[in-house]
Amino acid sequence: MSDTNPEPQGKLIGSTKVKTGFAEMFKGGVIMDVVDREQARIAEDAGATAVMALERVPADIRAQGGVARMSDPDVIQQILDEVSIPVMAKARIGHFVEAQILQSLGVDFVDESEVLTPADEAFHIDKQQFTVPFVCGATNIGEALRRIGEGAAMIRTKGEAGTGDVVEAVRHARSVLGSIRWIQAMPREELMTYAKDIGAPYDLVVYVHENGKLPVVNFAAGGVATPADAAMMMQLGLDGVFVGSGIFKSAATETGKERAQAWFRRAQAIVRAVTHFQDADVLAEVSRGLGEAMVGINVSALSEEELLATRGW
Amino acid sequence: MPVPEEPSNPLPRPPALPAGAPAGPGRVGVLALQGAFREHRLAFERLGAEVREVRKPGQLDGLDGVVIPGGESTTMAKLMAAYGFDRALPAFHAAGGGVWGTCAGAIAVATEIDGYPDQPRLALLDLAVARNAYGRQVASFEADLDVRGIAGPFRGVFIRAPRILRVGDGLETLSVYDGDPVAVAAGRTVASVFHPELSGDDRFHALVLARWIGTPQNGVDS
Repeated sequence: MSDTNPEPQGKLIGSTKVKTGFAEMFKGGVIMDVVDREQARIAEDAGATAVMALERVPADIRAQGGVARMSDPDVIQQILDEVSIPVMAKARIGHFVEAQILQSLGVDFVDESEVLTPADEAFHIDKQQFTVPFVCGATNIGEALRRIGEGAAMIRTKGEAGTGDVVEAVRHARSVLGSIRWIQAMPREELMTYAKDIGAPYDLVVYVHENGKLPVVNFAAGGVATPADAAMMMQLGLDGVFVGSGIFKSAATETGKERAQAWFRRAQAIVRAVTHFQDADVLAEVSRGLGEAMVGINVSALSEEELLATRGW
Repeated sequence: MPVPEEPSNPLPRPPALPAGAPAGPGRVGVLALQGAFREHRLAFERLGAEVREVRKPGQLDGLDGVVIPGGESTTMAKLMAAYGFDRALPAFHAAGGGVWGTCAGAIAVATEIDGYPDQPRLALLDLAVARNAYGRQVASFEADLDVRGIAGPFRGVFIRAPRILRVGDGLETLSVYDGDPVAVAAGRTVASVFHPELSGDDRFHALVLARWIGTPQNGVDS
């Protein structure tokens, strides 16, 4: 047995299996954006599988404008210290030094995110070079497979973050999942030309053809605000849900303890909706008495330059 | 968490195998509240078992054994309590059903969780575990293991794994890594802190399945 062997056998950290396997553990779960200890505590108590540590939730980034960057390490550290569940944090698209800093802080996952201002207009981070795993947004299958080719261990829809409008997340989910079904049904000789057309690595197109799924988990994100939104994304075929502004921008007219309780109820309701996404009786039950949802912005009312989902190459 | 000594609503005992009957493919449940349940389902299906995803306690009826998969242990503990598994799983176990916890599931079946005395648990195996004791995700690793009953190395995938600090009397240690027990068992009850469902090697699942359908029940009167 290995206890008599001083050298652990073939120990390997940061392998693809360890990164994508970690992402598998989030399945059927909800990952919540939090900006401070209090919100992180509420998220963990409500049953979040991970939290995303931020200085500002996407709705505030959208409202306040300016350059949105990686959060202050102190903000991230406080949240790392507060909860025992995994902590994620965002780096700008292409900003490999922000990612190096986040890895050094010990965050469990880096989101190379279009919600922040891109640092590079042509290239994403070479995610293979890191021990920490990455999640990236995608609006279609080509983008998803390019990110996986760069080393992303998890994919999410982009949706349109900070709007509370689920329509773009639905569009991206239908696009990616529909393309997977399409690739699966294709005769093998069409795969190379299809890979060329969508700008995706051929071997990953072959993987999708053979397995009928992406090689990594695929989550919903961007505009999920209610238990029904979350369950809809699961019924469409995604593996789990990110909720950004949907929880902690709700109950905006409440304060203090009442607001914290309203946040907790909504967070817990979304967690239960994701577990029991096919059970309408449970969904009806958890949707009751949640108070006011986040106000929201219709995505159709946004101008082209206000859209975040178009960021990424 | 208090474990009911006399389950108020015991589930039916899985039908016992007739003496001398060849082991059948088995009926396996995978607790599907959250986590890596799909990989366990696929592995058991490849072994020919009939697999059911379990989201409500009534779905435990008639199973030979159930897997509590990896995921987030606090999330799973909350969901188990919310849907009555905190009573139903001990009752299923007491009635002779097999239970295998992997990673977060190993925390769920332990009697003691170091530093988190209030975290709900099922207390089905006399183990003390420490959560995330190998470090955060950047310290997650894979390594070759010797596993009792499996010939040759088995690739263990350790993801924010718990560490087993103490193994109760009478438990069988199936594997040790770097001085720590990483897989233990007692009859039809198994705990592993690594993820056999991620290794692409179904031999550990076969080992557990053999315990569930080919070995005597826990020896617990119910």
